Amino acid sequence: MPARPDASRHHIIASRRHLVTLRRHLDRWLFRVGPPEPSPIVLGQRRIFVLPTPAGLAFAAALLVMLIASINYNLSLGYALVFLLGGVSVASIVHAFRNLLHLSFSPGRAEPVFAGESACFHIVVANHRPARRPALRLTAHGAAVPFEIGAGDGADVTVPVVTATRGWMTLGRVRIETTYPLGLIRAWSVLVPDQRCLVYPAPEPTPPPLPEGASRNLGQRAGAAGDDDFAGLRTHQPADSPRHVAWKTLARGGPMLTKQFSGMDGGEIDLDWNDLPANLGTEARLSRMTAWIMAAERRGLAFSLTLPDTRIATGRGPQHSTSCLQRLALFGTDVAADA
Amino acid sequence: MRDTRAPTPAQFGWLLAAVTATLAPHAIELPYWLAILCASLIAIRSALLWRRGKPPHQLVIVLVAVAAGIGVRFEFSHFFGKDPGVALLAVLLCLKLLESRTTRDLRAAVLLAYFLQLGLFFYNQTPGIAALALAGALLTTTTLLSLEDAAARPVAQLRTSAVLLSQGLPFMLVLFVLFPRVQGPLWGLPSDAYSGMTGLSDTMTPGSISQLGLSDAIAFRAEFDGTPPPPSQRYWRGPVLTRYDGRSWRPGFSTIAREPRYEPSGRAYEYRLTLEPHNQPWLLALDFPAADIPKTRYAGDFRLLAEQPVRMRTRFDLRSYPATAVGKVEDAIVLAEAQRLPANVNPRSRALAREIATEGAGPSEILALTLERLRGLDLTYTLSPPLLGTHSVDEFLFDTRQGFCEHFASAFVFLMRAAGVPARVVTGYQGGEINPVDGSLVVRQSDAHAWAEVWLVGRGWVRVDPTALAAPSRIESGLSAALPDWDVLPLLRRPGMDWLRDLRHRWDAVSNTWNQWVLGYNPDRQRDLLERMGFPQPDWRTLAMLLGVSAAGLMLLLLAWAFAQRRQHDPLDAAWTSFSRKLARHGAARHPWEGPLDYGKRLAMTFPEHAEPLRTISEDYARLRYRIGPADPHSVRLLARHIRRLKLK
Repeated sequence: MPARPDASRHHIIASRRHLVTLRRHLDRWLFRVGPPEPSPIVLGQRRIFVLPTPAGLAFAAALLVMLIASINYNLSLGYALVFLLGGVSVASIVHAFRNLLHLSFSPGRAEPVFAGESACFHIVVANHRPARRPALRLTAHGAAVPFEIGAGDGADVTVPVVTATRGWMTLGRVRIETTYPLGLIRAWSVLVPDQRCLVYPAPEPTPPPLPEGASRNLGQRAGAAGDDDFAGLRTHQPADSPRHVAWKTLARGGPMLTKQFSGMDGGEIDLDWNDLPANLGTEARLSRMTAWIMAAERRGLAFSLTLPDTRIATGRGPQHSTSCLQRLALFGTDVAADA
Repeated sequence: MRDTRAPTPAQFGWLLAAVTATLAPHAIELPYWLAILCASLIAIRSALLWRRGKPPHQLVIVLVAVAAGIGVRFEFSHFFGKDPGVALLAVLLCLKLLESRTTRDLRAAVLLAYFLQLGLFFYNQTPGIAALALAGALLTTTTLLSLEDAAARPVAQLRTSAVLLSQGLPFMLVLFVLFPRVQGPLWGLPSDAYSGMTGLSDTMTPGSISQLGLSDAIAFRAEFDGTPPPPSQRYWRGPVLTRYDGRSWRPGFSTIAREPRYEPSGRAYEYRLTLEPHNQPWLLALDFPAADIPKTRYAGDFRLLAEQPVRMRTRFDLRSYPATAVGKVEDAIVLAEAQRLPANVNPRSRALAREIATEGAGPSEILALTLERLRGLDLTYTLSPPLLGTHSVDEFLFDTRQGFCEHFASAFVFLMRAAGVPARVVTGYQGGEINPVDGSLVVRQSDAHAWAEVWLVGRGWVRVDPTALAAPSRIESGLSAALPDWDVLPLLRRPGMDWLRDLRHRWDAVSNTWNQWVLGYNPDRQRDLLERMGFPQPDWRTLAMLLGVSAAGLMLLLLAWAFAQRRQHDPLDAAWTSFSRKLARHGAARHPWEGPLDYGKRLAMTFPEHAEPLRTISEDYARLRYRIGPADPHSVRLLARHIRRLKLK
C-alpha cells in the first residue's frame, strides 16, 4: 500500500520529535542545561558525569569472562589479575573525572561570517591546576575539537560550526568530554556559554553589476570599462581601506601609499531595496545587496543602503560596510532594533 | 568515529612490547611450531612498523589463521580446553597485531593480551610468573593509555599506568580477600584440565618409581606441631598394590568406610599436610591416620582418601599414630588376593621360596629367613637398573642384582607369596627433608618409595622395607646417601651442592608462604580468616556485607576527596574571606564593589579602637594580592594568623 511508508515516516518524525522534547527535558532536569550561563563557567563536581564507553563495556565483559575462567580453574592469581584490572578501571573513573574538574571556560571572539561558511567560535579554556589536562574534546553542533592544556596553562579552542541562515547564531550546548586515561570511562559535562556569532546573508554568487553612478537604472553599467584598473598611488589617509594600501611599497621602505583605481572616487551609489525587481524574494534581495556591498567595498565606492525600515546614509570603508551587513543580517528579526 | 584513526608508531610500539612480554613466558608451554609462528608474526609486524610498511592482505591473514587452526586441531586433537584455547588465543593475538589498522583493532588486541596474561596462570602460579604477568599487564595498560594520551612522553605514560595499577591495588586486595570464593569447576572441565600433574600412579611396573626419583618437584609439605617423627617412621602411604600379573602391580580389593579399621594407639603426631595436586584421591598421610579427620574417608588398606581427586593444592590437618597395630582381623578376600601369583613366571625365585618354606616353621620364621637370603644375594641399590625381561624377579635376584626400591619390594613380595605368606606392595613416599628456614618437612617426588607389608597371624599387617637390606641409609638419610657415586641424581640431591640447597630451602619457604596465602586462598581459608577477624560462622552474607562496607568506605573516601577539591582555594583568598566574614558578624560586611584599601579605611573608622590592626590587615592583603608574581607563602600564613587572632569587642 502506498500510504504505509508515508504513514510510517510521519510516525518516525513524530517519535523523533518526542525524542527531541525528551532530550530537552532530560537536559534541563539531569544536566541542568538551561539558558546561557555567565562566564567564566567553572566545572564543579556536580556537573561532571561519568559513564563507561563502549570500549569500557567490552573491557568489563572481558573481565567477567576472565573471572569465570579463574573460578572454573581455581586460579587464585587469576582472581588477583581480574580484581587488579577492575581496580584500575575504578581508578580511571576518578582520573577521568579529575581531568575535567575545575576547568574554566570563557567565551572568546566569534568573527561574523557569511551564511554557508563555518563560524569559528573561540572558547578560552583555563587550567588552574599545576598538572596537564590531556585528551580533552569539545563538541558543539556535531563538530568535535580535540585539545589538551599544559599545567597551569590555557587553551584557545576554536569550534567550527557550519552556518545556514543569517542572523545571530548562538553556540548553544557545548559538550566537554574526556576518555582519559584508558578510554574505558567517559567523563563529560554540558555547558551553554553565552556566545553568539553574527551570520551575514550569503552573498549572491553571480550578482548583476552594481547600480552605479547617479543613474539608478539597474542592470546597466554606467561606468567605463576597466573599473578595476590600477590608476596610480596617492598618500594614505586613515579612512582608506587597508586592502588598498600599497604594501609592496611600504615593505620596500617607502611611504604608506594608497593604490588608486580608475573610477574609485567617482562612484557613489545607492543600494535601494525598492529598486530591486519586484519578483525577488526577501532573502534573495538580502543576498544580492550583500554581494553588492562586498563589491562596492572592494572597489572603494561610497554607498548608501536603503531598506524598507531603515536607511544608512552614504559612507565608505570597512566600518560602514560592517554596519550595513549587520543590518542585512538582522533584517526582519526582533533584535534588529537594538543591534 | 574516533576509533577508526590509524594508530601512531608509538602506540603500536607499546602494543608490540605488551604482546611480546605476554607471549614470551607462554613460549615454553606452546607447541614449538606455534611459538615460532607467533615470534615470526611479531617480528614481521615490528619490521613493518620500522619501515612504515602496509600490513599484508586480509586474505593472507585469514589463510594463516585457518592453517594455524588446523595445526592446533592436529596438535591437541580437539579445540576445547585450556591448551588449545591458549594456543588459539596466542595465534589470534599475533594475527590481530599484524592486521591492525585502527585504534579499535589495537583495543581488541589489548583485551586478548589481558586474557593471555591470565592464561599464564593455567600452567604456573609462582611469584616469578606473577611478576611476568604483572609486567605484561603494565605494558598493556600503557598501550591503552597511549591511545588516549599520545602526546605524553613514553616515560610519563609508563609512570601514569604504573600509578593506575597501584591505585587498583587496594581494590584488588579487598576483593581478593572478600570476594566469595567458589570451589570450581563451575562445569565439567575438558579432559586436559589436570594434565601435567606428577605423582604416584596406581600401577607399578619396574622403572615407574625410579622415573619419579629423577624429579625434584615437591609432592607435599608437612608442618609438624612439635618434633617430626624420626626418618625411619616417615612412611607416607600411597596406593597399596596387591594384584600381580608377572610384570605390573595393581590395587586389590579394598573397602572404603567413614571409620578406619583400626584403633589408633601409641604416640600421636599432629601435622598440617599441604598436598600438591596429583589428580588422585589418596592423601599420602603418615601411617596411620586418626579416626576423626573431616572430609576424608578410610580405605580398607589404610589409605586416607579425599572425597574428590586432589586437583589443587590442598591443606589437611592430620594426626597420625605410627605405632598402631593394623589388620589383625583381615578379610579372607584380601588375604587370598595377597597370596595369589601368576603361574609360570620366575621359576628360580619360586624354587628359592619353596626352599625357605620348608626350612622355616611358620610365617615369622619364613620372613626372617627370606630377609636373610636376600641380604646374602648382595643386591645393589641404583636409580638406573638394567632393563628386565619376562621373569623380572628372577633376573633381578640372580642375574643383574641391581634395582631400585620397586624391584626390591616386588621381589620380596613375590618370595613371600611363593612361600605361602600373604604380602603386598605399598607405594608412597619415604623420608623428606626438613627445611631449616621454616621448619617444614618437604617431600619431593624423588622421595617416592615402594615397600612391602606382610600379614602375620596375631600381628596383622607388618611393614617390611626390603630396600633397607641393600641400602639402609635410604631410609635414614634419603636417596642421595643410599645411591652409589656413579648414579645420576637430581642436581639438588647431589652432595657438595650445599649452597644451592640452602638457596633452595629459602626459596621453598617463600613459595610455601605464597602457596598457603595467595594460591591456596580458597573457601576454607576465607572462612578461617573471617573467623579470625571476628565474624563467627561467616557465609556469603557476611562477605556481601563486608564488601558493601568496603564499597561504602571507598565512596566516602572519594566524597571526602571531592569536598577537599572544592575547598582547595587560594589560602590568601581564604584568609581574606574569613576576615570579611568575621567583620560581617560585627555589622561591617564588605560591599562587593569595595577594594581592600577602601574597606580597611572604612573599618578603621567604624572600629576606631582597632584601627591599627584592621588597616594593617587590609593593606597587607592588598600588597600580597596585587603584587607581581605569586604571594610568599610565609607572609600569607602570617596574615592568616593575624586575622585569626583579631578580636573585636
